[in-house]
Amino acid sequence: MNFRPLTVARAAALAVLAAHAALAVAQTTVVSTQLRPIEEAEKMRNVILKGAPDAVNFVPEDPNTYLTRMKAELGAAQGKVHVTIALDGELGPVNQLGGLQDLDDMVTRLGASRSFSAAALSLGKLGGDKQRFIPLMTNTFQMAANKQALRHLPAGADINALTFAQLKAWAKAMKDATGEAKLGFPAGPRGLMHRFFQGSLYPSYTGGVVRSYANADAAAMWADFKDLWQYVNPRSTAYGFMEEPLKTGEVWVAFDHTARLLPALTDKPNDFVTFPAPAAAKGRGFMPVIVGISVPKNSPDRAAAERVIDHLTKPGTQAAILREVGFFPVVKADLGQLSPGVQLAADGMNKVFAARDGVASLLPAGLGAKNGEFNKVFIDTFQRIVLRNEDIKAVLAEQGKVLDQLMKDANAPCWAPDAGSGSAPCPVAQ
Amino acid sequence: MNTDRLPYLLIAPSVAFLALLFLWPLAETVLVAFVTPQGVPTTEYLRKMAGDLNFGVALRNTLILVAIIVPLQVSIALGLAMLLGKLERGRMAHLYAWTLPLGVSDLAAGIVWLAIFTDRGYLNSLLQALGVLDRPTAWLSIHTPIALFACVIVAEIWRATAIVLVILVAGVQLIPKEYTEAAEVFGAGPWTRFVKITLPLLKPSLQSALILRTVLAFEVFAVVYALAGRDLPVLVGEAYNWQVQYQNTHVASAYALFILLVSIGSTLVYLRVLRVRRETLA
Repeated sequence: MNFRPLTVARAAALAVLAAHAALAVAQTTVVSTQLRPIEEAEKMRNVILKGAPDAVNFVPEDPNTYLTRMKAELGAAQGKVHVTIALDGELGPVNQLGGLQDLDDMVTRLGASRSFSAAALSLGKLGGDKQRFIPLMTNTFQMAANKQALRHLPAGADINALTFAQLKAWAKAMKDATGEAKLGFPAGPRGLMHRFFQGSLYPSYTGGVVRSYANADAAAMWADFKDLWQYVNPRSTAYGFMEEPLKTGEVWVAFDHTARLLPALTDKPNDFVTFPAPAAAKGRGFMPVIVGISVPKNSPDRAAAERVIDHLTKPGTQAAILREVGFFPVVKADLGQLSPGVQLAADGMNKVFAARDGVASLLPAGLGAKNGEFNKVFIDTFQRIVLRNEDIKAVLAEQGKVLDQLMKDANAPCWAPDAGSGSAPCPVAQ
Repeated sequence: MNTDRLPYLLIAPSVAFLALLFLWPLAETVLVAFVTPQGVPTTEYLRKMAGDLNFGVALRNTLILVAIIVPLQVSIALGLAMLLGKLERGRMAHLYAWTLPLGVSDLAAGIVWLAIFTDRGYLNSLLQALGVLDRPTAWLSIHTPIALFACVIVAEIWRATAIVLVILVAGVQLIPKEYTEAAEVFGAGPWTRFVKITLPLLKPSLQSALILRTVLAFEVFAVVYALAGRDLPVLVGEAYNWQVQYQNTHVASAYALFILLVSIGSTLVYLRVLRVRRETLA
């Protein structure tokens, strides 16, 4: 048998060359952990980036491998990524490695022609004094309800200022009336239930997430949530995106990320209302999600990077981002006439951000590779207390130790709403 | 060409293939499971796996699934293989129809069955139309573990019985007709012929079918993932969660090795219990 290794080698070399040629033609490379679903990525390529001054190569990257890729980029002799788009929590670890350029001059230049949200801009400093990312778009978690559910709302309850006690009464009334549990949570393996605990439940009941993880408020909170769970659809532990059970009518009231509710809202805008998640003793917890755009240290062409950032943060483009992919602007923009579904999502989001008793709970920061295990602590606690009926105090004590060790291993200081801990790891109060 | 070397030369590609795509990743997995990123040997990840709240449950669920699914599948496949032998016409058509699920991916099969069993799915619609139920009932819920298990088992049997069937059909065809004819002459009934002739001569095929199916059953994942979500943890599902959601490759590797060990163990058991004497192989 003759393998003709030379031919094989030549073919491989040609393939590599062809790949390089493809990269060389596509001018500005943008690596993004956001807008990865194929429809969103196509909208980004064919609509949102269409008007950019240069040709842009939009490359979605899995969040699990993002840090590895940025590390490799930082270590490479010649960088290939001009611009990167990611959650603030994902850019933080890259910044810790020294992988992001200072963008203060860029902010000044861009600020002359548009007005950024000051709060979002300050997050872009990632806790330091230099601008390391420019806010690109924002989002949050909210709730949606089928209008059929509204007649079961407890007397005197304002849907836009619900408390957890009222939510429980509402869920019970729906179950009593229909025989089915009509409240749903995304607690399945693909769901974002951990964000409900970190962004709504914990801040609302305890005013914190890490420090107050195992305190008396938290114990009372879990008892309350376990009591609520009897009125929650038991399929919740398999739900990923709440738009699906909302669309089929399997659940009437649901909590999820706006993007994961949006398909139901745009499909049947007349069937749904949107509103903020409930409040408890410490306020109304909510989790603002900030997506930033940044320039890697090794970026091959900073001027090209700035041109893309300029294009994406123009008010017109910001409005297009909202229309096409459902993320909200971070600069003042005339949004014009929105489709009814997007308008619903926008209304819900504005109510979340405008709530008087709002407690902002930021995405976990500084955890690096421990992010997944941080979320696991909350999911495990939920499984043990609510699904497996274990003793609340014992579970909180045990999982609290796991969380405390995790914060020490990651050396992650506290983030809002927990009180700051300087540069020391965020402690879990025993 | 030197004929002594020829056999080695001929198996060289598959040896290279195995070394590259099986042995090397296996060695890497062992390293990842037992060595920290700093290069220190450790059993930390193993302890983390064994101490995790889902480990015991996942092991139990996987064992229950294997213990129910494999015997059921082998019996059904055996029955179908016998049935096929008796068919006068349309044998191939039946065989193709029965093996169709082999071409469907695990996850797709899971999603198909999800459409059937979910609250607003085909099963509930049918039962409501027949007047058996007056409102949808939840089959796939943590509160109805037996129904949940049953749904997963039905889906798995639909999806993976065909592979056993294919092996057994091939095995049945290898059994010489003379034995059965001779037995008939001596007045053996159909049951006696099946127990005394078909089953013993089918042992080599049964052995391969059992080994293959059991190893695959220990790897059950996508169907469970689609139907039960978080409610029915299984070993491979936990390995997946540790890798993708909790982002700890070390613990995921420990799970992978554990599943490998369990699979090897069950294979050894089959090899021992279903020993085939050399003369029957001839």
